[in-house]
Amino acid sequence: MERTAAVQSRSADASPANRALEPAIGLVELRRDFGDRTALPGVDLRVEPGQSVAVIGPNGSGKSTLLRILAGLLRPSGGVVSVLGCDLPKETHRLRGRVGYLGHEPLLYRDLSPRENLGLSAALHGLDREVIEPRIEALLDAVGMTARADDRVAELSAGMKQRIDICRAVLHEPELLLLDEPDAHLDPDARRRLTPLIAAGNGRTRLVVSHERGVVTAAADFVLELG
Amino acid sequence: MTAYAALLGKDLRVELRTLRSLPAMALFAVTAFIIFRFGLDREQLSGELAAGVLVPTLLFAALLAINRLFVAEREEGGFDLVRLAPVDRTVLFAAKASALVIYLTVLELVAVPIFALFFLESASGLLPFALILLLANVGLAATGTLISTIATMSRARDLLAPLILLPLLVPLVIAAAGAGEHLLAEDGPDYGRFGTWLGLLGLYDLIFLLVGYATFDFLLDD
Repeated sequence: MERTAAVQSRSADASPANRALEPAIGLVELRRDFGDRTALPGVDLRVEPGQSVAVIGPNGSGKSTLLRILAGLLRPSGGVVSVLGCDLPKETHRLRGRVGYLGHEPLLYRDLSPRENLGLSAALHGLDREVIEPRIEALLDAVGMTARADDRVAELSAGMKQRIDICRAVLHEPELLLLDEPDAHLDPDARRRLTPLIAAGNGRTRLVVSHERGVVTAAADFVLELG
Repeated sequence: MTAYAALLGKDLRVELRTLRSLPAMALFAVTAFIIFRFGLDREQLSGELAAGVLVPTLLFAALLAINRLFVAEREEGGFDLVRLAPVDRTVLFAAKASALVIYLTVLELVAVPIFALFFLESASGLLPFALILLLANVGLAATGTLISTIATMSRARDLLAPLILLPLLVPLVIAAAGAGEHLLAEDGPDYGRFGTWLGLLGLYDLIFLLVGYATFDFLLDD
C-alpha cells in the first residue's frame, strides 16, 4: 500500500493562520469494518488544499468506502479523520455543503428532469435562485444536455445520467471533490466536456477513485493504492 | 425556495406524474367499502359500526402510502442528497409528513363521500368528523413517517412498517373511532365528548411530532 506521511495531530486553535496549515484531508490509521470483514485496514493520508489524488485498487479494496467516509456519509470504525478542518464523524455538520460527491449510483430522482434535479439540489444547498438558474443552464450547456434537460432522468442513458450527476456534484462549487469513477459510462466527447468541470486547482482539492492506472493517475499529484 | 418547500414540491410533483400512491389508496378504500357492504349485508351504518368501518379502512389505505414513502430516497439516493446538504435533516421528516397529510386528505375527499353514499342516511355528522380526520391525519403522518424511516433502513421493511406502526396507532384509532361513534350516530351527531377526542388526538399529534423531530436526525445516520 502506498502511503504518505502521517498527519500531525491538530491543535485546538482554529485561527485563520492555523487553518491555512491544515491539510484538506488528513487520515491517521483510518479503519472501517462491516461486521467481521475489514474494508479499510488502516489508511494514512495527507492531502494539501488544491491537490489532486488518485485512489486506485481492485474491486472490494475499500475505495468507495473511503470516499463515503470522507463525504461524511459513513462513520469510520477507528482512526482519525479530518476533512476541510472538520474532525469526522463529530463535526460532520460543519462539512455539509462543502463537498461535491459523485458515487457509484447517481443521486438523481428518476421521475424528475435533470433541470428539476439540479434545482432541488440547489435548494437543499440554500443557493439563491437568481444566481443558480443561470449556473444550472451553463452547466447543462457545458455537458451538452440542454436539449434533454426537461426529459425524465429515467429516460436518459447511463452516460447522460453521469453527466447530470457530475453537474449536481459541482453545482454548489464545493471546496473538495470526491469522485467515484467519474469516467464511467462516458464517451470520449463527454469526457472532454467534463474534464474542466471536475479539475482540481484554484484551491479546490480532488480525490478520484479508479480501478486502474491511466488518465486519472496521470492527472494526479500522487496516487493512493488500496488493496 | 426553502429546502422544505423543495422536498415537499418534489414529492407532490412525482406523485402527480406517476400516480403511484393515491389511486391505489382510493381504490383500496372503495373496494373495502364494497366488501363491507356485502359482508355485513347492511345498506345503512351508524354509530360505532360506521366509525368501525370508516376509520380502519382509511388507516389500512394509508399503509399503502406509508410503505412507499421513502422508496425513492432509498433507491435513488435521496437520503445521501440530504446528508450532503447543509440543512437540518429534520426538514426531510417535515416534508414527508406534510406530503402524507396531503395524500390522506385527498384520499378522504374521495373515500368519505363514497362511504356516505354507500352507508349513511344523513351526512350531518361528517363536517365535524372532518376536523377529527384532519387531526388524525397529522398523527398518522408523524408516526407513519417515523416508522417508515426505520423500516426503510431494514431488510424486512415491508413487514416492519405495519408490525411496528399498527400498535402505535391504537390510541389514534380509539380517539377517531370514538369520536365517529358519536358524530355518526343514527339520531344525529352528539357533541358530548367531542372536545375530549379532539384533545386526545391533539396530544397524540404533539407527542409524535416531537418524537419525530428529536429522533429523525439519528435515524438517518449510517
